[in-house]
Amino acid sequence: MAKRVEAVNDFVIKFANVNGSGSASANELFARSILRMGVPVAPRNIFPSNIQGLPTWYEVRVTETGYQGRRGGVDLMVAMNPQTWDADVKEIDEGGYLFYDNTKPLPKSKFRPDINVIGMPLTEICNSTYTDPRQRQLFKNIIYVGALSALMEIDPNEIERLFSEQYKGKEALLQSNVKALRLGRDYAQQHLGGPIGLKVRRADNVGHKIFIDGNSAAALGALYGGATVCAWYPITPSSSLAEAFIKYCQKYRVDPATGKSKFAIVQAEDELASIGMVIGAGWNGARAFTATSGPGISLMTEFIGLAYFAEIPAVIVDVQRGGPSTGMPTRTQQSDITACAYASHGDTKHVLLFPEDPTECFEFTAKAFDLAERLQTPIFMMTDLDIGMNTRLCAPFEWDDKATYDRGKIMTAEMLEAGRDFGRYLDVDGDGIPFRTYPGTHPDRGGYFTRGTTKNRYAGYSETGPDYIDNVQRLLRKFETAKKLVPAPLLYPAERPARFGAIFFGSTSPAMQEALHVLADRGIHVNALRVRAFPFQDEINDFVASHPWVFVIEQNRDAQLKSLLVNEAKVNPSRLLSVLHYDGTPITARFIVEQISQHAAARTVVPLKKVVS
Amino acid sequence: MTYLAKPKLHHPDLPKNAVGFTRRDYEGRISTLCAGCGHDSISAAIIQACWETDIEPHRVAKLSGIGCSSKTPDYFLGNSHGFNSVHGRMPSVATGANLANRDLLYLGVSGDGDSASIGIGQFAHCMRRGVNMVYIVENNGVYGLTKGQFSATADKGSKSKRGIANSDEPIDMVGLAMQLGASFVARSFSGDKNQLVPLVKAAIEHRGAAFIDVVSPCVAFNNHSGSTKSYDYVREHNAAVNRLDFITGREEITADYEPGTVTIVTQHDGSKLRLRKLAHDYDATDRIKVMNLLQQSAAAGEVMTGLLYVDPESSDLHEHLNTIETPLNRLGERELCPGSVALEKINAALR
Repeated sequence: MAKRVEAVNDFVIKFANVNGSGSASANELFARSILRMGVPVAPRNIFPSNIQGLPTWYEVRVTETGYQGRRGGVDLMVAMNPQTWDADVKEIDEGGYLFYDNTKPLPKSKFRPDINVIGMPLTEICNSTYTDPRQRQLFKNIIYVGALSALMEIDPNEIERLFSEQYKGKEALLQSNVKALRLGRDYAQQHLGGPIGLKVRRADNVGHKIFIDGNSAAALGALYGGATVCAWYPITPSSSLAEAFIKYCQKYRVDPATGKSKFAIVQAEDELASIGMVIGAGWNGARAFTATSGPGISLMTEFIGLAYFAEIPAVIVDVQRGGPSTGMPTRTQQSDITACAYASHGDTKHVLLFPEDPTECFEFTAKAFDLAERLQTPIFMMTDLDIGMNTRLCAPFEWDDKATYDRGKIMTAEMLEAGRDFGRYLDVDGDGIPFRTYPGTHPDRGGYFTRGTTKNRYAGYSETGPDYIDNVQRLLRKFETAKKLVPAPLLYPAERPARFGAIFFGSTSPAMQEALHVLADRGIHVNALRVRAFPFQDEINDFVASHPWVFVIEQNRDAQLKSLLVNEAKVNPSRLLSVLHYDGTPITARFIVEQISQHAAARTVVPLKKVVS
Repeated sequence: MTYLAKPKLHHPDLPKNAVGFTRRDYEGRISTLCAGCGHDSISAAIIQACWETDIEPHRVAKLSGIGCSSKTPDYFLGNSHGFNSVHGRMPSVATGANLANRDLLYLGVSGDGDSASIGIGQFAHCMRRGVNMVYIVENNGVYGLTKGQFSATADKGSKSKRGIANSDEPIDMVGLAMQLGASFVARSFSGDKNQLVPLVKAAIEHRGAAFIDVVSPCVAFNNHSGSTKSYDYVREHNAAVNRLDFITGREEITADYEPGTVTIVTQHDGSKLRLRKLAHDYDATDRIKVMNLLQQSAAAGEVMTGLLYVDPESSDLHEHLNTIETPLNRLGERELCPGSVALEKINAALR
């Protein structure tokens, strides 16, 4: 008899499914029903690069404390895919549970003695209830959700309420789903021997939080931030961002009087064209953006350099993924930091924003348009697959109706008429930012020829060295100005005096916050700083200088943020210790705790607890 | 090519157009191209066409890629905004600019290297999207700024200045534009101002992607015997025109043709296009016939010129996207931002 993992509101369930079988919506329904019971969840999709018939996984961490990072380990495997059976069974923690379809008997060798096995004849139930093959497949998913709800004591009323919200006005669909759910519940209650050790108990830890994926949130940010032109090329994991923008625009940006669109969205022929369109639109005074991933950034780099030198606003959302080609790209990484910070030829540096979750995806994307127009330069929103394509429980979106868009330094026809001196590349007030005019502003003033580098302060053609130096030095001053405008780093101080510091950013945030708590419980106190943008502010230097050792936690192989810190913030590299996670899965608190504990031990730090005891 | 500054003083009696500008108001900086370069004649034709169509100079946005041809927007419409962008990528910049403000005239100037080689993809997609713009390719079959390499429009068998024969098939920009759905397709010759100016004017008035392929011999690298883009060769093989004045190598050429039969095409907005130089039975609105004739003419070694195709019922990208009449760059938070009440509803739906 295997031991049983017993846990309330704190465990991990993994669904192993077949792509295209309709499992995704059933699995999300399962996660939402737990949320409705006031218990936070952190779900994650793990999907290989396929569309139909091949493996896909959905992992739900049930977490009363609200930790949104991936935990690691599996307490219950819902094994619905024979192709991945062996690996799925192997992954279950000792004492965990295996739920499977036992319509077709499997040899004993296919199981493990140290786990608890729950077999349910799902196919048989479906085949005897439904005649339509598609229904047999779709309702199988709902039936297992019903069974799991019984096994884990999830309130079925919450699931039925979710159905009635989803199928409002579609009575037939509502009824058939409820029927399938009850079928599963009833079978489980009658035949599966009572609840398992993993239980969901009603709590009050969700509050006003919202449940949304980062790509949709960023699309909403673009909507609220006033983006009117979007040019994009499909690439995982960013496509759903542009698609969400289309959806929101159709809902909120169609002029009710004329039925005409207050937006223009073009699916371009490639990323070169999409960034070209964004730059053309930005040059002409519209707020424009593109969404892409690493390979798209590679293709865009020539244009990005032009936009930097020609000083054209552009917003680029980079939903980062692993490497080139296909396969790993459906996994997550933070591996475009260097590529984006220095994208292009010549001396270039770009503003990067690092949102931690969908809330910041919304906030930073909206802000990116202000930054782009204020600074007249490309702004990179550096999100990743983990944030972008997983629904995350996060703070609700907020908008201040009194806020106005910062359109930056625009010289108008009236200003030109009044005789204001216009030099397109003239720094009038020391912040490095010149005025610009929109094309078509004035019949004989303010027109200029936009070029990359070869120009003087008045946009006249100049190949002279002093003019070039004058211009690129001003661009450095502008980058200095950017420091004051981008989101400041956030400090998470340890509860006790700490010798270690930790710098982290982006999607590492939830795992890091959890790791800090676990480490503190073990007597390892760490002050943490979440970097939210590049260029780096002085607080980052001060933070590094005030700790003998600072961990830099990243999801890439080459410690790209650390390199950037050394290169640009001039922090002392000998103080920096890298914690790197780059296998394509989201970083976990367990990994961070293990790495930091090892480093801490190697630096002969005696945990305070031991000193005290 | 000259280093003398252009006098800024205009003669007070210079004639003005309907919007109050003299022809000089449409000029730009002094050209830095080689003396006799056909591209300068095209710039002059653009100046003339814009002046004659009464367009306010600042309501034109000039866009280009990289290369000799792409430098020319500096040499006309000096008060207009110009954008010397990335090699081969002018079409995407023009597309984005056009989306941002549908009220300006977009004039894209490119070359055969820029549009047929590195930028063929963007050229293709710009045509098929129907971006409302004038797209001029100054076609000389050679890379001038990098000193004489073949471009993708160089004819198979034509010889470089160093005597090397081109072994690759040429890309016919006109045929390509036809196939991709451009709604206005023309070909002309840089020296033939009488033909070119009206073509540019008609392209300006056209709604949708208006493409003009202008054969513009490179006096420095592609005007020798053995080249199929030399003045002599084009003169001898111009299907629409067989009378060209003799010119010397370094002299800008101009030629006047006797007008042929005139055909009138009325476009959707009532504007009329007069077609010259082509045969009586030539129907510039019959896409299939035009494509056949182009093939036959090319097989016969001719360079077919004139307004080759026009769709009188053309449409453009804004129409396809159903965008609002107000230029998008003029919309502010009031028109664009749904506000906090809507956001609270969105939040509520995400719980």
